[in-house]
Amino acid sequence: MTKTTTLSPIAAFERDFARSRARARSTWALGTLLFLALFLLTAWLGDFFKVAQVTLPDGSRDWRWIIPVGLPKLGDYIEKTIPLLRWESLGADLAEWFWRWRTWLWLLLETVLIAFAATALGVVGGFLVSFPAARNLAPNRWALWLSRRYLEIARTVPDIVWALIFVFCFSVGPLAGVLAIGLHATGALGKLYSEVNENIDMRPLDGVKAAGGTWFDQIRYGVVPQVLPNIISYTLLRFEINVRASSIIGYVGAGGLGQEFRTAMSLQEYTDLSALFVIILVTVMVIDYASEKLRHRVIGVEARP
Amino acid sequence: MGLLRDDETYISMYQPMLSLSGLGRSFGSTRAVDAVTLDIGTGEFVGVIGRSGAGKSTLLRLINRLIDPTEGKITFGTTDVTALRGRDLRQWRRDCAMIFQQFNLVDRLDVLTNVLVGRLAAHGFLTSMTMKFSDAERTLAIEALDRLDLVSQALQRAGTLSGGQQQRVAIARALVQKPRIMLADEPIASLDPGNATRVMDALRSINRDDGLTVLVNLHTLDTARAYCHRIIAMRDGRVFFDGTPLQLTDDVVRDIYGSEGLTEFNEAVTSTAARPVVIPIRGTA
Repeated sequence: MTKTTTLSPIAAFERDFARSRARARSTWALGTLLFLALFLLTAWLGDFFKVAQVTLPDGSRDWRWIIPVGLPKLGDYIEKTIPLLRWESLGADLAEWFWRWRTWLWLLLETVLIAFAATALGVVGGFLVSFPAARNLAPNRWALWLSRRYLEIARTVPDIVWALIFVFCFSVGPLAGVLAIGLHATGALGKLYSEVNENIDMRPLDGVKAAGGTWFDQIRYGVVPQVLPNIISYTLLRFEINVRASSIIGYVGAGGLGQEFRTAMSLQEYTDLSALFVIILVTVMVIDYASEKLRHRVIGVEARP
Repeated sequence: MGLLRDDETYISMYQPMLSLSGLGRSFGSTRAVDAVTLDIGTGEFVGVIGRSGAGKSTLLRLINRLIDPTEGKITFGTTDVTALRGRDLRQWRRDCAMIFQQFNLVDRLDVLTNVLVGRLAAHGFLTSMTMKFSDAERTLAIEALDRLDLVSQALQRAGTLSGGQQQRVAIARALVQKPRIMLADEPIASLDPGNATRVMDALRSINRDDGLTVLVNLHTLDTARAYCHRIIAMRDGRVFFDGTPLQLTDDVVRDIYGSEGLTEFNEAVTSTAARPVVIPIRGTA
């Protein structure tokens, strides 16, 4: 150890550099090993390696790995949902595929409106709670703790579970869906917004505070202008997610297209399932595209001085 | 001008207004400000110097009550500033305007709104949240901007302005507070010499024409000498020197900055004034 004191600064750097490199390498190796072990464990718990007795095509039964046996069934299922479409009678075949189009279009509108109303609820709730839920802005520890727990509960419970609860309270219909998705979106958006809040420049807040501003003044003048572009971007993203959520939430009776899924499944109307799938796919694609354009416009406008 | 007594205590000719007694602030085990006792008079232009970490910024933030002291007392006239809470505290912050090294404006709001932030202490919740300001307030803000030669930028976003312009916006914001004392924390440390001069001249005009007390942290000695009636030097959180610029001799300066290893201390090296400077480089031998 006495020798190190006589090292030149460059030699000392080389020694420290070699040490930190070696440390980084061993940390990486350990991390990779740990990750692999965890992956194998979860795969095992998730029945990836399960061996079960299955019926083979020739009628005999044998022990097999379930993954290679199950995969072909996926093809069978998809095949059942493909409707009969012939070129010479395409119009009639399509009409038969989408035979309930009036109902479905109406329910599609309901689905999008549920998503819209739920996003509005989520924005209001998430926005207001995101300020006390940000570590750098919370007026005190109680406000931070309370608002964080509220957001956690709101987003940890899946929207489909909230929907079950609200259907019980407010009966079957879109109101339950709006409340369920809105509450879940409050939790998710509030968390995202509060993280945006935690990354802001705190100096403008000092400026407002030094001029005699209250906590609310600091938020309104110091924080809101800084975070607004991010809030708009996250909100549009959440609207896309909410459309997906509201298209399935009817499964438990909370309005929208989901109830048709349930009917089609229980009546084994496989082509109805594919028709509904096409409707939702097209809707989500259109909304994704439009909101992405809008988001980029918002970001683009912000990028200009 | 101040006089020097035998015990080398600075005696101000000004009516004492702001008094700090035994003021201290600790961060963990660090004593950022330690037993500072000072009287600042009405209409004084006081410069606070000292090396980085000497407690200059903390001292100003304590006076404005952006941070709370761990001990000691601040009085302004007959008011015990250290005891103020809630609304009274906000009124004190309005009376005791502050400008910062990094300007602390809201970049994404226009200049006019940034200046009007200085009026928030007089606003209720609703008019503040809706950014609703009266015509009289806007007039006041435009007059302040005009004084600082910034009216033509009033509707621009503050973030698009140059550093010097932003600092003048911050001064305008401080002016519409109608303060009784002006604190400036390294106001010219991020500015080029031209802008630094304009900002310091603006502070001098506020001091001379409006009779406002100005307390300014500076890291350049020649600026302090050129503008201040009185210079306070801090070292390790304590007041190390308190006197007129003339009393600030080279020996005192060397002690303030504790320039170990530097045999010759050249004030011009740190200067922001526009004049040629020869920078001494430490010998390689």
